Amino acid sequence: MSKDGVPVLSLQEVRKHFGDVPVLRGISLDVAPGAFIAVVGPNGAGKTTLFHCIARLMRPSSGTIRFRGEDVSGRDLEFRRAIGYISHQLFLYPELTGRENLRFFARLYGRPDDPAALDETLAGMGLAVAADRPVRTYSRGMKQRLAIARALLHRPELVLLDEPFTGLDQHAAAVLRDLLRRLKGEGRTVLMISHQLEHAAELGDRVLVLVNGRIRANVAGAEAGPGRLPALYLDAVGRHGGAS
Amino acid sequence: MSILRLAAWVAWKDLRLELRTRQNFLTTLLFAFIIIVVFNFAFDPGSRAARESAPAILWVAFLFAGILSLANAFAMEREEGCMLGLLLAPVPRGVIFLGKFLANLAFQTAVETLILPIFVVFFNVRFAGGFLPFLLVVLLVNVGFVAVGTLFSAMTMGLRLREVLLPILLFPVIVPVVIAGVKATALLFQAPAAPGWIHWVKLLAGFDLIFVVVCYAVFRFVVEEAA
Repeated sequence: MSKDGVPVLSLQEVRKHFGDVPVLRGISLDVAPGAFIAVVGPNGAGKTTLFHCIARLMRPSSGTIRFRGEDVSGRDLEFRRAIGYISHQLFLYPELTGRENLRFFARLYGRPDDPAALDETLAGMGLAVAADRPVRTYSRGMKQRLAIARALLHRPELVLLDEPFTGLDQHAAAVLRDLLRRLKGEGRTVLMISHQLEHAAELGDRVLVLVNGRIRANVAGAEAGPGRLPALYLDAVGRHGGAS
Repeated sequence: MSILRLAAWVAWKDLRLELRTRQNFLTTLLFAFIIIVVFNFAFDPGSRAARESAPAILWVAFLFAGILSLANAFAMEREEGCMLGLLLAPVPRGVIFLGKFLANLAFQTAVETLILPIFVVFFNVRFAGGFLPFLLVVLLVNVGFVAVGTLFSAMTMGLRLREVLLPILLFPVIVPVVIAGVKATALLFQAPAAPGWIHWVKLLAGFDLIFVVVCYAVFRFVVEEAA
């Protein structure tokens, strides 16, 4: 919680169903400022749907999402400005250069056209040399770093990471881990979906286990430390049935 | 930043991507060219049948070629989940529609600009009613056609059969635009020019206004659950 006791993000009984199929079955969650929450769960547990509801890419069937204590319904633009979304999908145009991609998204987020700031961002991600090459020529790791730069361009308060480690080799994953630690050090509020339990345990202040649209476990990162999380995860999934 | 400036950025991005690949442009241009050539072989140059059919042939070439490019208008957004990237941006959904609409309009106009001289030579057409009124008709047809086409292209972007579905959905809606376009063009090609073309232009302008406003307003519902 913040000093005034208001969480950055608060979900109350959030439900989502597609037709008759329930995907989220009443998710309630408070996220304190600066927290790093890892969300794990089997395929089909509703993790990405949960993130899409939070990011206002889809509307929950019922329930409330509050940002800094205020209901986000009807305030989509304001709320989206506060969110940075990083996914295993890159949201980058392969035929545009790295610089052009960042420039385009910076404009959409209302950032001033500042070439020096873009250079600095690209350099900060180790992409200064490749800035004017089409993104299709980048390695997967370079693309992921550019995707992170794109998502953080507007300095969002809340960062959503949807399986950011997917498709990365060990070196690129190590670079990404360092970047995420840096985010954590900056005090940003982060929610991350991961299938790799070791990443969740290492980076998460709290780890949520989502099974069949419900939070089945919500443990402190320390409790879920190395070696403990797999047992906890298997227990939660085993008792409540994975959807994979 | 104003909605129009944001839309201009979306259009800039689309046109830049097209300039890089030229894939859509060349296919569309070639398709329109083939239609003109094939119809030219079917009629005796200078014959009455050729003269009478010319307006319809022109619009068949323009609109069918346009459908080819509209079917792929959102293809680039599906790659790497770019559509989600656009939807996450703190801009009204209508900005995406307007940007796409402007880019498609520029694209359609560019193709028509290259095809028109070929058509004029092949069919020996004279703009008896004036070239500027004819340009006005082309612009108005383009606006209505591209507005509805952009909306339906967004609706069908996730479908494998989008190239088949798009014309099936699109043509019934734009029938008034097609009829008005062909009729006005026929009147402007006549010598001496018939004055009735202005009524078709008014009809086109009315449809354009309705189509653009409705498509802009409806677009957000089309992409709402696209994620």
